[in-house]
Amino acid sequence: MKSRIFRAPEGSSTGGASEAATLSTAPAVGAHASAPLGPIKIAARDVSVFYGEKQALFDVSLEIPDKTVTALIGPSGCGKSTFLRTMNRMNDTIPGTRVTGRIEMDGEDINDRKIDPVLLRAQVGMVFQKPNPFPKSIYENVAYGPKIHGLASTKGEMDEIVQKSLKRAGLWDEVADRLHSPGTGLSGGQQQRLVIARAIAVEPEVILMDEPCSALDPIATAKIEELIDELRERYCIVIVTHSMAQAARVSQRTAFFHMGKLVETGDTEEIFTNPRERRTLDYITGRFG
Amino acid sequence: MTDAAQNLTEQGTTGVSPRTQRLKARLRARYARETRFRWYGRAAIGVALAFLVILLGSIITQGYTAFYAHTVTLPVYMDPARIDRSYPQGANFEQIVAEQQIRRLSVQDDEQGTKASAMKALLSSELKFQAAKMIARQPGLLGQTVPVAAPLSDDAEMYLKGKITRDQPEDQRRVSNAQMDWLDRMKASGAVRAHFNAALFTKGDSTQPELAGLLGAVVGSALMLMVTALIAIPVGVGAAVWLEEYSPRNRITAIIEVNINNLAAVPSIVYGLLGLALFINFMHLPRASPLVGGLVLALMALPTIIIATRSSLKAVPPSIREAALAMGASRTQTVFGHVLPLAMPGVMTGAIISMAHALGETAPLLLIGMISFVPGVPHAIDEPVGALPSLIYIWENASERAFHERTAAAILVLLAFMIVMNAAAVLLRRRFERRW
Ligand SMILES: Nc1ncnc2c1ncn2[C@@H]1O[C@H](COP(=O)(O)OP(=O)(O)OP(=O)(O)O)[C@@H](O)[C@H]1O
Ligand SMILES: [Mg+2]
Repeated sequence: MKSRIFRAPEGSSTGGASEAATLSTAPAVGAHASAPLGPIKIAARDVSVFYGEKQALFDVSLEIPDKTVTALIGPSGCGKSTFLRTMNRMNDTIPGTRVTGRIEMDGEDINDRKIDPVLLRAQVGMVFQKPNPFPKSIYENVAYGPKIHGLASTKGEMDEIVQKSLKRAGLWDEVADRLHSPGTGLSGGQQQRLVIARAIAVEPEVILMDEPCSALDPIATAKIEELIDELRERYCIVIVTHSMAQAARVSQRTAFFHMGKLVETGDTEEIFTNPRERRTLDYITGRFG
Repeated sequence: MTDAAQNLTEQGTTGVSPRTQRLKARLRARYARETRFRWYGRAAIGVALAFLVILLGSIITQGYTAFYAHTVTLPVYMDPARIDRSYPQGANFEQIVAEQQIRRLSVQDDEQGTKASAMKALLSSELKFQAAKMIARQPGLLGQTVPVAAPLSDDAEMYLKGKITRDQPEDQRRVSNAQMDWLDRMKASGAVRAHFNAALFTKGDSTQPELAGLLGAVVGSALMLMVTALIAIPVGVGAAVWLEEYSPRNRITAIIEVNINNLAAVPSIVYGLLGLALFINFMHLPRASPLVGGLVLALMALPTIIIATRSSLKAVPPSIREAALAMGASRTQTVFGHVLPLAMPGVMTGAIISMAHALGETAPLLLIGMISFVPGVPHAIDEPVGALPSLIYIWENASERAFHERTAAAILVLLAFMIVMNAAAVLLRRRFERRW
C-alpha cells in the first residue's frame, strides 16, 4: 500500500506517452484483475442521450460488475460524464435532456416510471470533479443524506453513521476534533474525502465518481485512490478519469469512449496492454485526446 | 542559454530596441488610461457626494427649527364671571388670557380691543383646551390665579425662530412691531421658553401648525409597510423561486419573465390607478387605509423583489444544487435547504430596498385618497391614515409658513426611517452571510 502512495505523484505527473511503457512493467497495473469480478450490477443497453437536438451518446451498451472499479476513459467531450450521469438520472435535472435505451440496475430498469429518481440517488451516490461540500459543518455535511432519507432515528445513531462514514473515507483522524467547523474550510483533498464520506453515509450500492482527483495534488490523489481501492470491497464503483495511470492503478475494468460511442471495454489489464481497437491504443499511448 | 534569453541580454546591452520602445510606450498609455479612469471615478463620487451634501444641507437648514418649539406659561385669573363652571369649554379663554396679559404688560387697549386681539393672535388655540381641561378637572380653581402653559401660535413661533424679522416692511408680515415687542418682553421675563418639540413626534396631523405632529403619518406608513412586506416578500420570493427553480422553460414562462421586467418599469401612478379601480371601486376596501395602501405598494414592490430574488438564486453555484440532488434530495429540499439560504443575503437586500422605495412612494397614495387631512393617530389597518410622503406633500402645499419647516422635518424623519431600514438590510445581510 505504502508504495502506491509514493508512486502516485510520479504516475499522475508523467505524460500519457510514457505511460504505456511504464504500465506494462509495473506490477501494480490491474493488480486486482485476477480477483473474481462481482455479478453484473448495472447493465446499459443501447443508451443514447440527447441534449436538445444534439446527440451526445450513441447506443452505448455496457455491463458494470459489482464490487469492482470500472474506469471510463476517453478524450474530452466524448460523453463519459454524460454516461455516468445516466446511471443516477442526474441528466433529468438538465432541461431538454432525453435518454433512450435501457439501464438496468439489479435487473430493474432505472428509467422506469415506477422508479423515483430521488430514491435511486440514495442508492447511487455521486462524487464530482470539484469538491462541493455544503456550506455547513463537517458533521452536517455527512449527516445530510441520512437525515433526508430518515436513516437515523436518534442522535446517537447519527453520530455513529457520521463517524463510520468519515472513518471509511479516511478523514476521521483529521477532522475528529472539529466536526462542527465548516466543511468548506478543509483543504481540497479533505473536501473531496468529505464528499465521499457524505456519499457513503447513506450506504449506497453504487458510487459514481467524475474525475474525483483532477483538482487535487498528487498526495491527495494517492489518498483518494487508496480509498477507492478499499471502497471496492463494498461498492460498485464507476470512475471517470483523464489519467491513464490512475485508470490503470485503481480499476479492474475499463471502458473507452470516443465521440459519444463506446469503443472498447474489457479488463483493465487487457485494455492497457493489448487493446483490440487501434483508437484505444492511440488514446492510451497519448497519440490523441 | 536559449535563443530567447540571448536576445534579451543583447537588447539589454545594446540599449533600447524598437520592440522595447513600443512596449514601453504602450505601457505608458495603459497607465495613463488607468489614472484617467481613477479620476473619473473620483469625480463621479465627488459629484454624488456634493449633491447629497446640498440636499441634506438645505433640508436640515430649513427643518432643524421644527425640532424645537416655544411654550408660554402665563398666570391666568380664572374669572368666575366669564367661565361657566359646568361648561368650561364654552369660555373664551384666549380672549380672557389675552386681555389679562395686555394689562400685565401695561398696554392700553382701544375701544375695539385690537390690542387684545393682537395678543390673542400670539397664542395657540391649545391654550383654551388646556385651561378648560384644568377647570373641568378641578372646578375649585375658579376665582383663583393659576399658571397655564400652552404653545405659541405659528406666527409667534416664526418670529421667535427668526423666520419673520423686523427688516421686512410691517404691512407685509404677519407679526406687527407691537407684537414683536410683547414677545421680546415675555421672553425676557421668562414666560416664553424654548424646548424640544416633542409634539412633533407624539401628535397626529392638525390644521394648526404648532399642534401638528408626525406620529399619525409615521404609524400610517409603518402599518402600510407592514402590509406591503407581509404580502410582497412571500409572494415575490415564492414567484421567483418557482420561476427560477420549478417552471418549465417555455414560451409562457418567457412571456411572464418579459412582463415582470416591464412591470418593474411601470410608473407608480399607474399602480395607484390600478389600486383605486381594483381595491376601492371593485373590492370596496376602505379608502386611504393602510390595507389598500399596503396592497398597492405590494403590487409595486413585487417585480423588484422577484427580479432581485431571481438574480440571487441564479448566483448560487450549480455545484451546490448538484450536490444536494445527487444526495437524493428532492427538488424542494434542494431549493429550500440549500439554494434559498445561500441566496438569502441577496433576497433580503432586494426586499428591503424595495420596501424603502415603497416607503417613499407618493403618487399612488394620492390616488387612493391618502391626501386628505387625517387628524390623530391610527390604530387599525382599515381606518384612514396619513403617510409620511403624502404628509410632506400636504404640508408643503399648506399656506402657513410654519408648516414648511415641518415639511423639512418630515423629510428628515422619512430619511431617518429609510436609514434605519437600510441599516437593517446591512445587518441582516451580515447575519445571513455569516453562515459561510
Ligand atoms: N448540459 C449540456 N447541454 C448541452 N450539451 C452538453 C451538456 N453537457 C454535455 N454536453 C455535450 O455532450 C458531449 C459530451 O459531454 P460530456 O460532459 O459527457 O463529456 P466528457 O467526456 O465528460 O468530457 P470531459 O472529459 O471534458 O469532462 C459534449 O459534446 C458536450 O458538449
Ligand atoms: Mg466530464
